[in-house]
Amino acid sequence: MPWLVVIFLLLTAAGLYGGLYLAPPDYQQGDSYRIIYIHVPSAWMSLFIYVVMAIAGAIGLIWRIKLAEIVAISSAPIGASFTFIALVTGSLWGKPMWGTWWVWDARLTSELILLFLYLGVIGLYGAIDDKRVASKAVAILALVGVVNIPIIHYSVEWWNTLHQGPTVTKMDKPSIHVSMLIPLLLMALSFNVYYLIALIQRARVELLERERTAQWVKNRVSERKQ
Amino acid sequence: MSIQEFFAMGGYAFYVWTSYGLTLIVLLANIIIPIVQRKQFFRQNLKQRR
Repeated sequence: MPWLVVIFLLLTAAGLYGGLYLAPPDYQQGDSYRIIYIHVPSAWMSLFIYVVMAIAGAIGLIWRIKLAEIVAISSAPIGASFTFIALVTGSLWGKPMWGTWWVWDARLTSELILLFLYLGVIGLYGAIDDKRVASKAVAILALVGVVNIPIIHYSVEWWNTLHQGPTVTKMDKPSIHVSMLIPLLLMALSFNVYYLIALIQRARVELLERERTAQWVKNRVSERKQ
Repeated sequence: MSIQEFFAMGGYAFYVWTSYGLTLIVLLANIIIPIVQRKQFFRQNLKQRR
């Protein structure tokens, strides 16, 4: 864990230094584009974590592996957080550039639906007392919601939108200058490491809560007593 | 580039720094909340055992 935190801090420091200081202002958007270094990695993470959650949910559903169930439900609040960040930073970027905080277009609406899917997963899990049953229900909801993931990704190509098209995740060469691309990728890496750290933190608590009657947890509690 | 220029963000300071500040708060919360929950768990279970 401590070395994960060190890697995260190093990546973030390098990414922010490159993005906020070294990279030049955008020729059209000036310095406002610098929101990209958290907006885009957050949006990527919101999709990536959802897929991880759905796959872990499916593994839990099929093989009844407890660890997979814990990874699935522990991912939900982190994914919801990144979705929230993507939406809010997008709004804060949209206001000066598009002249509006929000439009009901395909990209923004489908990302908002993603947030509701995450919140649905968290709410459903909390509503069912038997956590093994809750994990089954949550996995099915997560799997149904996967249909939204390609919709979000291709929304900027399928529909007319204010949102710009992809500049990195496309078949061609990325249409972003390397001085901006490198910090962007560093931040994406940093957010991936962050996800791992936050996931381990959540999963540890979830495991304790679930196994509260198990002998090893009782031992852990009585160790604390002394 | 001076420090003032850096923080001014070409006139977009409000939008840029609000974005970064909010992100920091949300990411920190995701680390702190499980630590608090973990402490609560041990506190509650210690009480029950007494």
